[in-house]
Amino acid sequence: MHGGRSSLAGTLLLRGLAVLVLVLFLGLPLLAVLAEALRRGAGPALAALADPDALASIRLTLLVAAITVPVNTVGGLAAAWCITRFRFPGRALLLALIELPFSVSPVISGLVWVLLFGSAGWFGPWLEERGLQIVFALPGLVLATLFVTFPFVARTLIPLMQEQGATAEEAAATLGASGWQSFFRVTLPQIRWALLSGVLLCNARAMGEFGAVSVVSGHIRGETNTMPLHIEILYNEYQFVGAFAVAALLALLALVTLAAKMVLERRGGGA
Amino acid sequence: MSVIIRGLSRRFGSAQALQDIELSVRAGEFVALLGPSGSGKTTLLRILAGLDFADGGTVQIGGVPMEGVPARRRGIGFVFQNYALFRHMTVFENVAFGLRVRPRASRPPEAEIAARVRRLLERMGIPELERRLPEQISGGQRQRVALARALAIEPPLLLLDEPFGALDAAVRHGLRRWLRELHNEMSLTSLFVTHDQEEAMALADRVAVLQAGRIAQIDTPEMVLERPANAFVAGFLGQAARLPAMLRDGAVDFAPLPLPPLPREALVSAPDRDGPVQAFIRAHEWRAEPAAPGQANAVLRSARPSGGMLQADIALGELTVEALLPAGPLRAGSPCLLRPLTARLFPA
Repeated sequence: MHGGRSSLAGTLLLRGLAVLVLVLFLGLPLLAVLAEALRRGAGPALAALADPDALASIRLTLLVAAITVPVNTVGGLAAAWCITRFRFPGRALLLALIELPFSVSPVISGLVWVLLFGSAGWFGPWLEERGLQIVFALPGLVLATLFVTFPFVARTLIPLMQEQGATAEEAAATLGASGWQSFFRVTLPQIRWALLSGVLLCNARAMGEFGAVSVVSGHIRGETNTMPLHIEILYNEYQFVGAFAVAALLALLALVTLAAKMVLERRGGGA
Repeated sequence: MSVIIRGLSRRFGSAQALQDIELSVRAGEFVALLGPSGSGKTTLLRILAGLDFADGGTVQIGGVPMEGVPARRRGIGFVFQNYALFRHMTVFENVAFGLRVRPRASRPPEAEIAARVRRLLERMGIPELERRLPEQISGGQRQRVALARALAIEPPLLLLDEPFGALDAAVRHGLRRWLRELHNEMSLTSLFVTHDQEEAMALADRVAVLQAGRIAQIDTPEMVLERPANAFVAGFLGQAARLPAMLRDGAVDFAPLPLPPLPREALVSAPDRDGPVQAFIRAHEWRAEPAAPGQANAVLRSARPSGGMLQADIALGELTVEALLPAGPLRAGSPCLLRPLTARLFPA
């Protein structure tokens, strides 16, 4: 009895600690962002959001996410499919490459594009002659974000597709289904919740990415600043209300994404 | 629909999964591919279905060479070991799948699809399950759904991979008879893979015994059991004791085992030439009589009644022999005189 009671107390203590840590390290900063943004009331915060440069950064962030998320969804699906359904030379290498963006510092993820497409880079002069700008423009932002967020969809799908195996698809084939029919009627429905969850994570990161994007952006106000970059500029100029207002909006977007993911996971039973 | 396999080989890396397989199945036949795990039987089935590919040899199904024909154009019914039902579809949709994926020109109208699915579920004895998901039904029911799904495309050839492997014994026996009746009524040609010899013997017209990627023997269940083609088949089937012996001067000598010699005339089969042999003796081919300790060559360890007979473990020197004896005066611990009635011999 005594042992049971003390282990119960231990459990409660541990749970209390966990909750405390969560509140302290996750909840409090969020609250602080919101509090800072609203320190002078809702009016100035909303005004900061309505600023043309702020609006431009919001539009740019959404545009970059709108391009990168679909591309990485298709790319991640294709990569997961290849890796889990086929044995080929270089498969292990491909698996490692998918993880590369996670293991490389975001600054490097940005720098590679500057090295490739910047005016002093490998393809820079060639591009310049033809009037094509990649770095310090939308294409660079998209490329950097694509690179950084590529692993999310693939990494969510690979373990699940590995575990499910190919027998359902083989069954579809023996029943006369073509590759596309098998994909849309059998494969996709079996991974839909994991896919959505991966897409949402990818989206959250695409909107929030700072490091890689910062390198390729060039920080042109109203043109190449995404929300995270705009926040930094405002902060460095001591425009705290503006900085925290945009930050609060960005955090809200992330929270909505997470909430959507949670709802989907509950509905999908984790599959 | 007939199946003709000629010189089929398949290699996985350095492992030879199938080697020189020759097998002909007549239309309407029910053939078992029997063998221990790793003998290549599932690989053979998958090659027939177009899910795996041979390195050499040919397959003809219904007289048509199958080289280059993908699985989806073969029209073969395949029942997977773990059924591979589509988890996100109801039983009805699972069965309807093969009809729904047809090109529009050959796809039956919705009403006919529904009628066909219901007829099949009726035939499988599970009409009430059509709205359930696979996870909501039992293993035996899943097996029937998998069969219904495979049969919905009206395949002339049905392939089953360990069809009863995942079921408990009671369900297995019922489904076995039912499957055999289904095969006859729908005039199917069926091939099924199993590692369970009792299942193969109970269901099949002919049994192909696979040994390390080769067909060791193909024959009727009776012949495979009575006249095993080699030592592997003799050892794999029918729970025989395997004893080292010497064939010479028209008799088998079991020395150093304390068994009386058997004359050649008493043997079911034996090599033509004298020499060292392996003797296979089945449980019912032993006799044991009570004997005084001085004359006994064995001791009855334990015995339990089994259908009017006595299932006995008998210690013969350091060996333990399983014997099925006529009921008699022997009890556990009795010294006895043990002798084989017959044996199957293969060169050692």
